[in-house]
Amino acid sequence: MGQAIAFYTLAACILGFGVLVITAKNTVHSVMFLVVNFLFVAGLYVLLGAQFLAVIQVVVYAGGIVVLYLFVVMLVNLKRPPEAHQDRRRRGRLGVTCSLVVLAELVAIAAYKYVSPAAGLPPALPMGPDNVAQVGMLLYTDYLIPFELASMLLLVAMVGAIVLAKRDL
Amino acid sequence: MPGGLSPSDFTALMPEFVLTGVALLVLLADAFLPRARHGAIAWFSLAGLVLTAAVLVPYAGEHATAARGMVAVDGFGAFFKFLFLLAAGLTILMSPRYLQVEGARPGTYYFLVLCATLGMMFMASGIDLVTIFIGLETMAISFYILVGFIKPNRRSNEAAVKYFLLGTFSLGLLLYGMSILYGLTATTNLRAIATILAGEEHHPWLPLAVILVVAGVGFKIAAVPFHMWAPDVYEGAPTPITAFLSVGSKAASFAMLLRIFFEGLPSANGDWGILFYALAVLTMTVGNVAALTQSNVKRMLAYSSIAHAGYLLIAIVAATRVPQTGVKAALIYLVVYAFMQFGAFGVVTLLRRHDVIGEELKDMSGLFQRSPLVGTAMLLFMLSLGGIPPTAGFMGKLWLFSAAIDGGYYWLAVIGVLNSAVSLYYYLRVVVFMWFKGDPTGSELVMSPGMAILLAITIAGTIAIGVYPRPLFDLADISARTLGAGGITATLR
Repeated sequence: MGQAIAFYTLAACILGFGVLVITAKNTVHSVMFLVVNFLFVAGLYVLLGAQFLAVIQVVVYAGGIVVLYLFVVMLVNLKRPPEAHQDRRRRGRLGVTCSLVVLAELVAIAAYKYVSPAAGLPPALPMGPDNVAQVGMLLYTDYLIPFELASMLLLVAMVGAIVLAKRDL
Repeated sequence: MPGGLSPSDFTALMPEFVLTGVALLVLLADAFLPRARHGAIAWFSLAGLVLTAAVLVPYAGEHATAARGMVAVDGFGAFFKFLFLLAAGLTILMSPRYLQVEGARPGTYYFLVLCATLGMMFMASGIDLVTIFIGLETMAISFYILVGFIKPNRRSNEAAVKYFLLGTFSLGLLLYGMSILYGLTATTNLRAIATILAGEEHHPWLPLAVILVVAGVGFKIAAVPFHMWAPDVYEGAPTPITAFLSVGSKAASFAMLLRIFFEGLPSANGDWGILFYALAVLTMTVGNVAALTQSNVKRMLAYSSIAHAGYLLIAIVAATRVPQTGVKAALIYLVVYAFMQFGAFGVVTLLRRHDVIGEELKDMSGLFQRSPLVGTAMLLFMLSLGGIPPTAGFMGKLWLFSAAIDGGYYWLAVIGVLNSAVSLYYYLRVVVFMWFKGDPTGSELVMSPGMAILLAITIAGTIAIGVYPRPLFDLADISARTLGAGGITATLR
């Protein structure tokens, strides 16, 4: 019961802020609403017992990606509010098409549940409450080599960013 | 719970550790060496590559896994690693003078070349989707930066942005396919995936995963219709990087392709075999036809490189029926291709001077008069790329087409031969320009020590494989056998 209340509260907040993201006139406000939206999605992950994913959601999406958005907003310098498309009929058609696609997707998801109830899919891995520790354990044992290689990958990306961004080569 | 790596894992990964160490030293050298001494970094990087190759030698006959099934330590991987080290070495040999002409600072350039090589090595030895993907990303990100390394050059910038956007998009497709595979099998280990998929009827989502992975890999090997990035990127990138991209990146992507499909998805070969058949025909034909009209040599070589990816796909298709012969043919052709492609790009690099870009077909005119040696070398590379005996290109194509015939793919072999005939037109057009057109500039070519070594190696390789191919064939034979947990002959049963 408590879980259901929490879920519906979170879902309502996610939808509400989602609407605000697209209706906000100011681009920076829009991005800020997106941050809040991401935070509530992270809450959803916690509710599902995926704490690690929740932390990643906050760090990567609410942190990194939104900062990237803000940089873009800053660089393109949107002084005036975005203008609506001139042709009203075309705007309507586009809206209807998008809604139909989303509707079809929802119907497909609902239908899929009845047509093939998870046929052939392996059962979900057991997830304890300490899944952050579990992920850490895996990273430092089974996946140690890819993990170490990822550090080289990050080094390359850093060096590359400096090489490309520095004015004097 | 025991720790991550055992001492034997360290031994198994020694070549990778050595290369990483060399790369980090190069980065430090760039920071701390005085600018005047930066020329030494190229030679140090070369020495590091030779050392890595020396460390790698004992692994050629192995057939094991290490690091908890993340990587395979086998002859197949070792074969490819030698090829990557060779490609990186040749790239470094032709770079110093080119960078000097372009006025770029060398240190980080060599670091990125070494890191790209490291990524390739993990692509070839990874038997886990995670290892392969991170190896691929390491290579790809190094290349995005290397392609745009000549910052004042607009073409280089444009090429880097295009390559980055399309490359990232293709990685997304590949990752999506991989995630579906993981969803279907609950494991990322390719050999475990093969075992799980072999035991049961295929899930309806498996073809979707196969299509996405084929598309992702198709981008990397520049197979039609995923080739649109290649001509622009090859033309805009610094010429040594173009050569490295067309040989190293392509070979690494083929290694990844062989690992994913032959180790992980052998039971679905009905699905991907037909896809690769279609890709092979399209890639050969479109690549060759588009190359016919190019007037820029780098662009022409880019389309020719697309066509060669098509020839290589013949070997992949053949390998669905005759695994050993097909994989062996692919390995042989990749080595052959490395020598002749680097040779051709080496000559293009030689033509680059402060005032001359040297990439247009007319820049080739009178090359025989200006330097008989370089002219003859270019003639050799063009004949080899066209597949004329007694060059390496002929031997490689012979193996490819006979593998197709062994597998019963007669039409594929016929289309391949017809395409080779078409390709002769644009390869020989270069020769016509070199031989029969007058010399407009009349200037001497400046040969640097690195370029001389590069041409010596590529000429020797192109002739040696054409005349006496047995050592390479034997090595490819042994290496191809070790693909897969139970050897190549067991994979498609």
